Amino acid sequence: MSNVSDSAQLFTPATQAIFWNNHQTAIQRMLDYDTLVARETPSVAAIVSPTSGSRFGKFFFGTSEILIPIYRSTLEAAQAHPHADVLLNFASFRRAHRVTSEALEISQIRCIMVTAEGIPERHARELKLQAEALNKLIIGPATVGAIVPGAFKIANIGGTIENIISSKLHRPGACGLVTRSGGLFNELANIIALNADGIAEGIAIGGDRFAASNFIEHMLRMEHNPQVRYLLMLGEVGGREEYRVIDAVRDGRIKKPVIGWCVGTIAEHFSSGVQFGHAGASANTELETAAHKNQAMREAGIRVPKSFNDLPEIISGVYRELHAEGVIGTFKEPDIKPMPEDCQSAMRAGRVRKGTHFICTISDDRGDEATYAGKPISTVATPDTGYGIADVITLLWFKRRYPQWASDFIETVIKTVADHGPAVSGAHNARVTARAGKDLISALVSGLLTIGPRFGGAIDGAAKYFKLGFDQTMAPEEFVNYMAEQRMVIPGIGHRIKSIRNPDRRVESLKDFARQQFPATPLLDFALAVEQQTTKKKDNLILNVDGTIGVLMVDMWRSLDYSDTEIDQFIDSGTLNAFFVLGRSIGFIGHILDEKRLGMPMYRHPFDDILYDISDTEKE
Amino acid sequence: MAQRAIREYEGKKVFENNWSRFFGQFKPELRTASVASGAELLALAEDEQHAWLTQMPLVVKPDMVFGKRGLNGLVLYKIQQAGDVMLPDAAAWVDEISQTPITLLSGQSGRLSRFIVEPFIPHEKSAEWYISARMEENHDILSLSAAGGVEIEAHWDQVKQIAIPPGTEGTALEELIRQEIPVEAGDVERFFQFAVSFYRFFRALHFSYLEINPFLLSGDTVYLLDLVARVDDTAGFLMEKHWGPLYFPTPFGMKAPGAEENAIKQADEKSGASLKLTVLNPQGRIWTLVAGGGASVVYADTIADLIGVEELANYGEYSGNPTTEETAFYAKTLLDLMTREPDAQGRDKILIIGGAIANFTDVAKTFTGIIQALDSYAHKMQTIGVKIYVRRGGPNYEVGLRNIKQAALALGLPIEVYGPDTHMTDIVRMALRA
Repeated sequence: MSNVSDSAQLFTPATQAIFWNNHQTAIQRMLDYDTLVARETPSVAAIVSPTSGSRFGKFFFGTSEILIPIYRSTLEAAQAHPHADVLLNFASFRRAHRVTSEALEISQIRCIMVTAEGIPERHARELKLQAEALNKLIIGPATVGAIVPGAFKIANIGGTIENIISSKLHRPGACGLVTRSGGLFNELANIIALNADGIAEGIAIGGDRFAASNFIEHMLRMEHNPQVRYLLMLGEVGGREEYRVIDAVRDGRIKKPVIGWCVGTIAEHFSSGVQFGHAGASANTELETAAHKNQAMREAGIRVPKSFNDLPEIISGVYRELHAEGVIGTFKEPDIKPMPEDCQSAMRAGRVRKGTHFICTISDDRGDEATYAGKPISTVATPDTGYGIADVITLLWFKRRYPQWASDFIETVIKTVADHGPAVSGAHNARVTARAGKDLISALVSGLLTIGPRFGGAIDGAAKYFKLGFDQTMAPEEFVNYMAEQRMVIPGIGHRIKSIRNPDRRVESLKDFARQQFPATPLLDFALAVEQQTTKKKDNLILNVDGTIGVLMVDMWRSLDYSDTEIDQFIDSGTLNAFFVLGRSIGFIGHILDEKRLGMPMYRHPFDDILYDISDTEKE
Repeated sequence: MAQRAIREYEGKKVFENNWSRFFGQFKPELRTASVASGAELLALAEDEQHAWLTQMPLVVKPDMVFGKRGLNGLVLYKIQQAGDVMLPDAAAWVDEISQTPITLLSGQSGRLSRFIVEPFIPHEKSAEWYISARMEENHDILSLSAAGGVEIEAHWDQVKQIAIPPGTEGTALEELIRQEIPVEAGDVERFFQFAVSFYRFFRALHFSYLEINPFLLSGDTVYLLDLVARVDDTAGFLMEKHWGPLYFPTPFGMKAPGAEENAIKQADEKSGASLKLTVLNPQGRIWTLVAGGGASVVYADTIADLIGVEELANYGEYSGNPTTEETAFYAKTLLDLMTREPDAQGRDKILIIGGAIANFTDVAKTFTGIIQALDSYAHKMQTIGVKIYVRRGGPNYEVGLRNIKQAALALGLPIEVYGPDTHMTDIVRMALRA
């Protein structure tokens, strides 16, 4: 592996990194930069994510999609990618120290960038000394990284592709730029693009007190990098690192022209206590003030502007001098291939359009909080909102909140159909499945799958046929005859035990409720007229619970001013059945939980309960 | 922030919490009380745990993270003679001295509002030893002297300084320290043992600076008579249990942060982004709403450069891609402060919405938050007169700049908007020229 101090070039177009943490946007930005500068290989070889379930991340490299492998540890990633010699450590401040320390011990890793801010100072200092002892380079902590234009860009530095192009960060220039601040790095790159002609290498060393590599290390390297023709250092109040550069300029270790400025002259106007900017930005002595450093730089022959505002002039002055002397030539502007644009951003900008494959009209999960028919969940969830479960149902099923009488009715229905005991076929199936050791969902589904024309389907049927008879203004006897002609029992009529003399209390309550609360109940009245006919034939051919619910649902919708077409559509799409499915799920789940609690063994139906009649099977 | 001063009282609590782990071979004398008033001291003395307050002579000192309390004459240890201060005297002194503002030799003025009260330990001047440790770039410095006490600086030539490289352990550490134990110390062996323990404690507990001057060693007992400490607060997530609850007081003489500054600080602690606000002069004419730790300093520098600091109302920054809501809250807090009073001279106030070219902060998103704040405060801004200058670049900056311009114009607020082709601080020049 090449050694940093031996090599003046920080990164080359062949440099590949391992990216610690699956930061998809930052990784994609690196790959987009690769496309822009026509790299042959992606600058990210591997991703480390100890908690990731996937083994690959999918990214764009140009217009095509590539898979970048994801590993659980840096060591695994390094072993699988022996050419990757840079680690981009995007771990949080809690883990960044350990991740860096471990990576330093991996021999192929020569450079580590640490982005986390707020690493304990003692740990940051350990990293710095560990790296020095191993002759490796750490950039950071608390940095956006570094860039070698035309070769390799770390994560987010440089910002968007448009900014990279306008700041000429897509091709080598002549300036070696070192800043403390990451935010000002882009600004400086932009100033250099506007007033000179781009940079050859740029680094943000990070704002913490112990930057693991500092101005001097980078500027000495740049002094030896023939592509760098002049240097720009943007320092800050606090610390004494700028003096090491001043010493190097004085003793001739740095011969290239240096432009310098320290921000934070404001700090001298205030007594200690006001923290301006970064953690490291606090002067402990006169020497550490920005003004003192700016003056010392000036005295050492570094070009120092009067203020940050005048920095552009100084830069353009140095550039013009060097250009006139022929030290800086004219850089060839590469052809910029149009960057394939991200579909989403192009859509946002109104440049492309795209058809959708799905439509949703009831809820929205795109904002900060998901909404039910436009209402954020928190405005309908807790009791103080005044919304009940029936309101949530009507918001999501019918896209509006129903008046109190209607939501009360819906809640009554849900409660009424919740359970009919363990013996009905749906509950039985759910229980048998639960006893077979299946999970809750499987058992519930096996119960729900039982619901159909014979079990629980009567609500739909009752609504449909009573509505048909009513709409066609059939007389009750006429309707009974019509159903007989169709060879159909009337859905919603008939009960196993209950009869006209022994009425179903649930039905009576529903009828009472509807008569008191509903504006009108024409279909119920029709169904009761039909019941008078059927009970003449047989005592127990009463309007049962399913029938009552079915016809009242239709009455409800009529009172809510739904059109016939809309109501037919509700019936056809199984909306009535949906109330049964929803309500009965409560009971099924109860039975399943009961079975789980009781721990009964698998059920096997007894032989003596089955009539084995195999007499007509084929005999040999 | 990283290095934060803590009170002497809390520093001693950290010792107490970790005594057996580091100082097991010594007996602690850590009876200490922290009070704000004489009444509080008297009430505390009723408590069984603090019965010692009534049983022995006391020493009282302000505990407000400033040093040189002895030289400032702010240590009560005698009325007639050393060691005759009893509980009623201590309570009376606390009330008396906290009544009027005082000025320290170093120039800061303020009112004393927090005191530490401890048993008076009679001892010879010659028994006062000194120990401190601090972090430097390449090593820690452990300083030792057998000539401790208030005049330590006058005897600095007698202080031994030991540079300890990080990671020095075991016998290597002990040898390094043993060589430098002052021979004048009567009990060299105990001084040595204490120094090693002290250094290990300093290092493991993430102190940035820790000084005990003086301390006494009497038999097995250590008396920590006076303590100064700063911790590295970024280690808080590791040290929670070991430190116990720590409070970082505002430096003496500095205005305590206002409700708005505290609200921003709390928002900052809850957020992954960074939100900072310091009000420098609430009557100031120029308010800055700037993105980025570096850029915010450059704007402040430029304003101070061009017209001085008197007109600069605040320092602050938002960065690290805050959400729209966080930015709106930050901007509203600032606009609220800004629009409380008109300029004394009747001029328009200036709002600098500045920033460098962002790396990843979404400008359109953060500006949506600022626009929400402008919307809420438009009326007040018009009443007092505010001129807005905007300069920003970065992801989605075109959309952000267009939106803020349209919004301000629709709200009837005068605004000038610039992008990355205008030098970052040029808007300050333009604003001041207007």
